[in-house]
Amino acid sequence: MSITRRNFLRNAAGGTAAAAACATLASMPAEARESNKVPDKAIGLLYDSTLCIGCKACMSGCKEANELPLEDTIGEKLWDTPLELSGKTYTVIKVYQHGTMENKDKAENGFAHIKRQCLHCVDPSCVSACPVSAMLKRPEDGVVTYNKDACIGCRYCVAACPFGVPQFQYDTPTPQIAKCQLCKHRLAEGKIPACAQQCPTGATLFGTYPALSAEIERRKALKPGEAALYPRRTVDSGDNHEKPAPEYVEHVYGQKDAGGTQVRYLAGVPFDKLALPVGLPDRSYAADSETLQHTLYGGLILPGVALAGLVAAAWKGSKDHHDDDDFDMFDHPEGGKTHG
Amino acid sequence: MVNHPIPSEVASRLRKNKAKASAIGGSLISPFTMVLGLLIVIAMYFLAQRFIYGLGAVTNINNGYPWGIWVVWDVVIATGFACGGYAMALVTYILNRGEYHHLVRPALTASLFGYSLGGLSVLIDLGRYWNFWHILSPSYAQTGSVMFEVAACISCYILVLWIEFSPAFLEHLGMKSAKKALNKFMFVFIGLGVLLPTMHQSSLGSLLVVFGYQIHPLWQTPLLPLLFLLTAVCMGFAIVILEATLAAVGFKRDIAEDLPMLSKIGKIIMGILAAYVVIRLGDLMVRGGIGKAFTSGIKSVMFLIEMAAFIYPIVVLSKPSNRRLLSKLLAASMSMLTGAVLYRIDAFLVAYDTGPGWHYFPSAPEMLVTIGVIAIEVLAYIIFVRKFPILPGHSTTAAAE
Ligand code: SF4
Ligand code: SF4
Ligand code: SF4
Repeated sequence: MSITRRNFLRNAAGGTAAAAACATLASMPAEARESNKVPDKAIGLLYDSTLCIGCKACMSGCKEANELPLEDTIGEKLWDTPLELSGKTYTVIKVYQHGTMENKDKAENGFAHIKRQCLHCVDPSCVSACPVSAMLKRPEDGVVTYNKDACIGCRYCVAACPFGVPQFQYDTPTPQIAKCQLCKHRLAEGKIPACAQQCPTGATLFGTYPALSAEIERRKALKPGEAALYPRRTVDSGDNHEKPAPEYVEHVYGQKDAGGTQVRYLAGVPFDKLALPVGLPDRSYAADSETLQHTLYGGLILPGVALAGLVAAAWKGSKDHHDDDDFDMFDHPEGGKTHG
Repeated sequence: MVNHPIPSEVASRLRKNKAKASAIGGSLISPFTMVLGLLIVIAMYFLAQRFIYGLGAVTNINNGYPWGIWVVWDVVIATGFACGGYAMALVTYILNRGEYHHLVRPALTASLFGYSLGGLSVLIDLGRYWNFWHILSPSYAQTGSVMFEVAACISCYILVLWIEFSPAFLEHLGMKSAKKALNKFMFVFIGLGVLLPTMHQSSLGSLLVVFGYQIHPLWQTPLLPLLFLLTAVCMGFAIVILEATLAAVGFKRDIAEDLPMLSKIGKIIMGILAAYVVIRLGDLMVRGGIGKAFTSGIKSVMFLIEMAAFIYPIVVLSKPSNRRLLSKLLAASMSMLTGAVLYRIDAFLVAYDTGPGWHYFPSAPEMLVTIGVIAIEVLAYIIFVRKFPILPGHSTTAAAE
């Protein structure tokens, strides 16, 4: 095969497009998206496992406030018995049990409670995943909300959430995503979330993010065994009860995990025993995913350049194959001639 | 290819006659098409249940495994199978290898159906399908979402495929001037027809990045988009080989003329697969995850099977003499496709772990719906090649018409 002028031009054109694409890729500003920060007016919950007595008042409060139906998972129709979060349940109290289960908040021969619900991530995977802005994080207070009228039911949020929170309803032709929205309707009325309102021991405590941070600091500084005061409902409610301070594990769950969360946890047993994933990076997965997307598609620069190159090549191809005729996607069998 | 004594103009005229695509004709009713019809009816029955009672009535998906085979097979794998048109357009038009051209139209037909049905399958799987248009509406679209990118891109590509394909319809309808006008701008759509699959086939891999720790380290990597793209292109080429063989057997066409092109395609597959294996293993080594290939139980086993299925075709196709044998090309393609299918199933389902207590295996009705969708695809393909000028007409039956 001899190098004809046409061949040469063709190769040159292809090469230029490729080089242009590479140059653009190389000079792309490193648009690495950092994990988002806690909003200024962030609010949240503190769940202290050592205070929880497993009464499930929060669960029934949540059902009532959010007009959710009861669940019967054991076939006895005696109580509301959700075993996990579900399409009908936004929060559930679960128990870690070991050996004789004698000691509260001890890993050995003990037990401990955990409250499952949306953690209201600082940089939520569900919001990053949702293609139609049905999951949104309110910029002012950081509450992660869900809008069924926008949702297409793709369940990407269900799969993406690192904590297995959003629950799709598989038993109805008009399903929604069920998820705690921090009782946004009660917040709008100036009330606090129902679970914090109902909790008799202050195990579930509502407050601003900084106030809860201070409360966490205070509790962690207590000497185990010494008498301490614990507020109910909100940090500054003034409604306190007295109880010996427990021995907390070092880890404050949600302080940094997967970019941090606005619902945080204190406990007396390690969190992997409480069915929460441990060892998560400080950087949010949303930041990882969006950095990748921005690098590839930011401002559609890269696809734009690539398209220009591709169209130019296809146009040249059409000229080469049909110098004196219109271009046809299919009919130019002599196209291979020049490659002979 | 013109290494014979006939003057080139004569040769090309001869070839033009032979390679001109034509409708195969023939009856549409056969035992095979009847079985396809039956499978479609069964699928329709279960689909009705899905729309009346909800996804749980038919599928085994749950909140631990919210995506089942209706996503992983019908969309992620099926669009990979439908990359034949993309792969052929890539070499034929962009890289200017016009010689591959007569394999383009059959490949494009398979892509057209693969993608169109992939798009329809999405609607079946979406819980709130009536809101689907939100994806394409600026007031809802969330551009940081990988799912948005995939959905928007696939929707556009289905449109582009139909436009790319429309000359065949216009030809059939005798609308010569419309065809001419459209062909003037076809190069734009050809460019788009390469760009869009490049974007969404890689993004199918990116979908998993946000899952973070929930995807096993043997699969979770920032290179997911590249790995998905490379295997998608290979799937496209492997499908072209498979298709040419099936068409030869099913419609009793002579394959000898296609063989030189198929062996070149085999060489391309070998090259891309080699790159894939090097990148995948290299990435695992760099991230220190290579040891997990032997220590993660069933996940390691699946990983090793995948690797074997990818390496076998590289070994077979590296011998030039093998590349000239249809049987070897076919074996390599099948192995490659197996690897790519497993890679997608593994990445989305086997490697995915949301915590203890969750299991997923598709239910029988769920599988029957997927089988029904495949049946629709095959039936549509058969109808099309019989009614429209798709396959190059070197069969004796076509010549006789
Ligand atoms: S816990 Fe899950 S559902 Fe809640 S904000 Fe975080 S990612 Fe979203
Ligand atoms: S299921 Fe709904 S809320 Fe969840 S990602 Fe899909 S569209 Fe968004
Ligand atoms: S904040 Fe409201 S919705 Fe969320 S768990 Fe508590 S009561 Fe339920």
